[in-house]
This record gives sequence, C-alpha cells and structure tokens, in this order.
Amino acid sequence: MSRAAKTALAKVAALPALAVTQQAIAQSADPKPWQLNMGKGVTESSMHAYDAHMLALWICVAIGVIVFGAMGIAMFKFRKSKGAKPDVDFTHSTKLEVIWTVVPVALLVVMAIPATHKLIAMYDTSEPEMTVKITGYQWLWEYEYIGEDVTFTSRLDRKSDEIRQSGVVPTAAEHEHYLLDVDNVLVLPTDTKIRFLITANDVIHAWWVPALGWKQDAIPGIINDNWTNIKTPGIYRGQCAELCGKDHGFMPIVVKAVPKAEYNQWLAQQKAERGAGEADVQLAAPAPQGAPAPAADAPVSDAAADTPNTAQAAPAAAPTAG
Amino acid sequence: MATTHADHHDHADHHDHKQGFVERWFFSTNHKDIGTLYLVFSFIMFIIGAAMSVYIRFELSVPGLQGVSPEFFNSMTTMHALVMIFGGVMPAFVGLANWMIPLQIGAPDMAMPRMNNWSFWIMPFAFALLLMPLVLQLFGIGSGAPAGGWTLYPPLSLQGGSNVAFTIFAIHLMGISSIMGAINIIATILNMRAPGVDLLKMPVFVWTWLITAFLLIAVMPVLAGAVTMLLTDKFFLTSFFDAKGGGDPVMYQHIFWFFGHPEVYIMILPAFGIVSEIIPTFSRKPLFGYQAMVYATASIAFLSFIVWAHHMFTVGMPLGGEIYFMFATMLIAVPTGVKVFNWVTTMWRGSISFESPMLWSIAFVILFTIGGFSGLMLAIVPADFQYHDTYFVVAHFHYVLVTGALFAIIAAVYYWWPKWTGRMYNETYAKIHFWWSVIFVNILFFPQHFLGLAGMPRRIPDYNVVFADWNLISSIGAFGMFATPFIMFAVLWHSLKYGEKAAARSWEGAKGLEWTLPSPAPHHSFGTPPLIRDGDLAHGDITH
Repeated sequence: MSRAAKTALAKVAALPALAVTQQAIAQSADPKPWQLNMGKGVTESSMHAYDAHMLALWICVAIGVIVFGAMGIAMFKFRKSKGAKPDVDFTHSTKLEVIWTVVPVALLVVMAIPATHKLIAMYDTSEPEMTVKITGYQWLWEYEYIGEDVTFTSRLDRKSDEIRQSGVVPTAAEHEHYLLDVDNVLVLPTDTKIRFLITANDVIHAWWVPALGWKQDAIPGIINDNWTNIKTPGIYRGQCAELCGKDHGFMPIVVKAVPKAEYNQWLAQQKAERGAGEADVQLAAPAPQGAPAPAADAPVSDAAADTPNTAQAAPAAAPTAG
Repeated sequence: MATTHADHHDHADHHDHKQGFVERWFFSTNHKDIGTLYLVFSFIMFIIGAAMSVYIRFELSVPGLQGVSPEFFNSMTTMHALVMIFGGVMPAFVGLANWMIPLQIGAPDMAMPRMNNWSFWIMPFAFALLLMPLVLQLFGIGSGAPAGGWTLYPPLSLQGGSNVAFTIFAIHLMGISSIMGAINIIATILNMRAPGVDLLKMPVFVWTWLITAFLLIAVMPVLAGAVTMLLTDKFFLTSFFDAKGGGDPVMYQHIFWFFGHPEVYIMILPAFGIVSEIIPTFSRKPLFGYQAMVYATASIAFLSFIVWAHHMFTVGMPLGGEIYFMFATMLIAVPTGVKVFNWVTTMWRGSISFESPMLWSIAFVILFTIGGFSGLMLAIVPADFQYHDTYFVVAHFHYVLVTGALFAIIAAVYYWWPKWTGRMYNETYAKIHFWWSVIFVNILFFPQHFLGLAGMPRRIPDYNVVFADWNLISSIGAFGMFATPFIMFAVLWHSLKYGEKAAARSWEGAKGLEWTLPSPAPHHSFGTPPLIRDGDLAHGDITH
C-alpha cells in the first residue's frame, strides 16, 4: 500500500481502524526479515539518501552488466579448448582507452551533481523551530529539549536486557523489538524542522535512526549539528553506530513522532511533572494503556506501541488531530 | 608450506657449504628463504585471524548472546582486523615480493639481504606482543586484548588497560619491519635490474610493488606518530586527543586515515600486479595497455593520499570538506576502471585456458569490481550517511580484501608454486579448492550488503530478530570458508609429495625472466646478469 493510500485511508477510517493504520505506517520504516535494500525513511534527507543510493546502485549495475558481460563473452568465445588463436597484436588502443576514461568520468559527473545538491540540502540546519541536544554516554542517550527545561535519559528496555543476559535465542514472538526498544522514547513533533546538537560525554558514539536518513557522530568536546523534519507520525528505531565499548550493541534509539498538538500536550506534561518536584522525568509507573494524555511517556514496550492491538487505539489514534 | 624446507635443502646443498636448519632459516639472507618465511608466517596468521572470524560469525549466527561477553566479542573483531591486515595480507605480499622481484628483474638477491632478514624476524616478535594480551586473557591474566576496534579511535581505545601499550609497541615493530622491507624493495628495483630490464619493461608486479613500497615509506611513520600520541595520552598525561585537556579526538582520525587510506592500496596494488601477470599468461596474449596500467597504478597511489576523510563523513566535517572528499574519492574509480577494462580486454581475442591461477584471477577481477562498486557507492556522501559503520561497509571491505587481496595472493601461490618447488599440483584438487572458496566467500559476504542496507550496524555482538536470516546465511558461509586454508594446505602438501616435476616454463603462456630459470629456482640465481631477449621479458606491450 502506498503512503498516499494510507493517508487517504486514515482520513476516512474510524478510530480503531486508524490505530492499525498508524501502526502500519510506523512499522513500514522498520527493517524486515530478508530485507534487501535501503528503506526510504520518512524525511526529506532519508529520501535524498535513498535516491543517491539507488542512482549509484543502478549505474554500478549497468557498468557491471557491461564489464562482466564482456568477460563472459571472452571466456566463452576465446577459449583455447575451442581452438581460439590469440591476437597477440591487440595490445593497445588509444581509442578504447579514451573511451573508457571519458565515459566513467561522465558517469561520475552524473552521480556527483545530484549528490552535491542533496548534500547541501542535508547540511542546511538553518531556521530550526526547535532544538534537541543529544548526548551519548556509555551506554545510554540523554535528550535535552533546549529552552524547555526537559531532560531525560533513554536506555535499553528492561525486557531486552533480560533476554540478552539470559543467553537464549530470542524470537520475534518473545520480543519483536529486541534490542531496538528503550525505556524513554524521544518524542518529537511532525512537520517541524528540528535541529539536533549532538555530543558525547565519554567516548565517541553515533546517533542513527535509519528512517531519518543520516547518522552523526557524537564526539566528546565537539558539538555536531544535524536536523530532521519528520513527515509521517510513527515510531522509528535506530542504534548507536560507532563502536563505544562493551555495550555498543545495546544502546538503541527510539523516536516517536507525533503531531504538534500531541507533542505540546506531552511537553506540558513533562514540565508539570518537573514543576511538581519530580526530578526524574521518567514516569514512576507506566501509564494505563488506554489513557490518551501520557501515552507518549509509556515505555515503548510491545504492548504500548507495537502489537496490533486495537484495545490501545486511543493513544495511537491521536495523530488524527494533525 | 612448511614442508618446502626439505625441498630447498637439496639445492642449498649444492652451494657453498651445508647449512644447518638454524643457520638456514634463522640467519638466512637468501631472498627465497626469507620469502618462504614470510609466506609461512602469513599462512599461520591467516589461520589465526580466520579462527577469530569464525568465532565472530558463530556469535552472530543467531540473535542473542551465546556464551560470549560483548567485551570479548569486541576484542575478537579488533584482533581479527589487526592480525589479518598486518599479519596476513601485508607479509604475504612482502613474501611474494622477496621471492619474485629478484627473479623477475634478473637480480641475484635483494639489495640489502641482512636487513631483509631483520625485517622478517621483527614480525614474530611484533605478533607475540600483539597477541600476548589475548593469550594471557585466556589464562585469566591481565585486562584482556584490545577491544576498541583496529582503528584504535580514542577515547575508547584508551579505556583499555596495559593492552594499549602492547598493541602500540607491536604496531611500532610492524612499522619498522614494513619500512625496512619497503626500502629494500625500492633499492632492489632501482639498482639491481639486469641490463635491458628498463623501468618500462618491468613486469607489472614489480611496478606495483615499487609504488606500494613508496606508499609504505610515506605512511607507516604517520601511523607510528598517531599511535605514539595515543601512548603518551594514555601513560604520560598528554592530551593530544583528549578534549578535556584541549585535544581533539577527531584529529586522531585524520592522522590515522592519512595512514589508513594509502594502507588500503598497499594491500591491493600488489594484487593488481599479480593478476596482471596471470591473466596474460593464461590468455596467451600480452597485457593490454601496459603503460596505462603502470600510470593507473601511480595515479591510484597519488589519489590515495588525498581522500582519507571519506572514512569520516559522519564526524561533522564542514560542507566543503565533505564535497571535496566525495569528488576526490569518486575520481579513484577512473584509474581503477582503466585497470579492470585492461584486464578484460587482455582476455578479449586471447586463447584462454582455465588453470587454477587463472580461475582465482578471474574471480579476483569480478569480485574486486563488486567491492569497487560498493566503494563508489560509499563515496556518495548523502548515501554514506546511511551506509557508514553498517554491515554494508563490512561487506565492501571484505570484497576488496578477501576476494581482492587474498584471492590474488592465492592466485600467486598457485601461479609460482611450480617455480618455487619444482612440482606441479593436482589441478582437480586445486579447482575443488577454488570452487569451494568462491562459493562460500560469496555466501559469507554478499548477504552483509543486505544487512547493512536494512540497518544493522557493524561491530555489534547481538541484533534484532529481523536481521537473523541473513546473519545465519553469512555465518554458514564463514564456516565453509574456514575450510579453505586447510584444503589449500592439503593441495600443496600433496603437490610436494606426489606432484609431477615442473618444467622451467611451467605455464605455456608464461612470460618473464623467472621462467628462464629451472624449476625449482636454484637457491642462488642470476649470479651473473642474464642476457635479455625481449621475448623473455614480462607481458608488457614493450613496443609502445
């Protein structure tokens, strides 16, 4: 189903159906078993990455067909066993050499021009509507909503942690988002240009959510910036992408993109808790599954966000407001 | 390979005086013996490194952590890379250089035979140091092997214990060995060519090694400098790379990759040289575009110095830097393409037969080109933001290093084995070795492209269930691939025991001075410069 079709469906469907659609959208950015190609993601930058990837891939495929095809023909046609006689004078050809220098250069230009345009667009962090500072630690992420006085940490969810320490072979049934789930998700508004300031406090990490289209190193002593503007509400998962010690494989990233109204509601909730003297922004207890307001705060366990369970329709359906 | 001892012994006996085992193998100044030592050493290192990779692929064969600590997993990936690069690929090429360069240019030996001996004998000590933390760890002593990745990025690498010092001193020793080896090769090629072997009549293998040797001399000191700064940061309170003391962790990466990128070409240029010998031999036709091949090699070497930061597209370089490094990197595709086109055109209108060295070389051209394609894709920065540090990169560099460098090394061994030992090998057994390897190596590495594109980062010991299928396939490939060095050993052992006697010109289409010598090549060869006829010279199109 195309994304447009999904959007159309979302507009006409009733609440429970919406919940399912919403999840389908969120999961469309998840990796799939036997996946072969890069995902398209949900941002302009991820489309740039995807387009650049596909262009380069097809050019390589075309060159491959020509080169390997020529080799195949040579191996078939010019076999000694078939009585082929070597043409020992065929050792040099200025014409051929010019062709196979100039044509590749032209192909490179064909790749380089759009890649440069895309890169310039991807580097444009100007005029953000909000800023989130991301700090990598061994082995968790800290998110600070600049100017909002909201800061929290995000680390591997308890269930994944138990599974990995048990030594068993996990299954999708047991935990669909094994190692791709966290206790506190990064909640972000959709249709908003969000700037990230990315750094680290101990060793180098890299913040990577494939659906957003880039990764950026988090380096102690250096603040990198990058940006995103998520078009589609949903839950997007990623991982640390720079070796950072023993638990490098166990510091996932989960972004929950929600419409602005819901985001504002969530933010207000966070601030209220802070105001109430709650030092730890993390909710003490997971919110009831059906309660709309703090839905974003609930740990993104499978029950809260991912199982196709219409009982939790309300929070998931909230994006219809946008 | 170890059994070549007995064989050489016969020839040693014919000359000067009878050498004892210790004198022959420890004090040797003979380029052939030292070449053999390098090759045996590298074979052992390949087995050790392969065992580590099997351990890695075992852990990754199914999701979950099965009886391995993540820290030890990181040690395995780190050590696998260091052992394979510095212990496997590089010494193998130096071994081939030692054996073949004097034979191919008509020189009696390397220019500096005693330094040659020293270059080799540093290596076992360097690797004793490198592997010692790992061995001690197995006995429960010390803080374990380095686990910060082979690139040793600070600050992570500095979190290691005493293993930091072990690794750094090991790298210093390897660097000294490589630099001395490179000096020796340059001195030999520039000074000891027989009359008539002009520079532009040298075999391409000699040319690629000449250029590689210059790369080594240029970049090994840079690596030594980088790791020395790590050493002082760790133990002497400097802060070259520590932001808290005013240093910059990214500076390390720039310095490291200024070494690291030419290093990549150090590991592939000699491979280019090898297939440039083998493809013309079995196509029975001179190498197409000999001079273009030489100039392309030189261009690649030059470009290798100015593209290093393409390993660092996600560190947050300024836009201009990203664009420059993208363009410069893409440019490498041009001379590399020229080489591939020349190999294919060499086969065109040839008279091709498919003996083992040719099979390995054809596989090299195809699979290295696939590695080149993924390399070109990695150069495209907007896409690299997704590829970087994923299994796509792992697939890429294993295609260029395993099916590239390693396949060429194996091709070279099969090609020159009759010259070294005087024996042919059983072609059927060798072909079993080839087909087994070429099938399993692709099962091993091709699915890693898919894993990377789907979003699996590299250097993780465990992963989500969606990545399980391709990981299992890849691991099956690794287990199959692990058999290949043993198959090769068996083929070569069989050859020594039962192989037919090899002719001086062991292959019908073989060209070059080495084939004017009897097989096996006498312990001392070209004591007087040979009389050169152009037909004896290499495959180059020497008329242009």
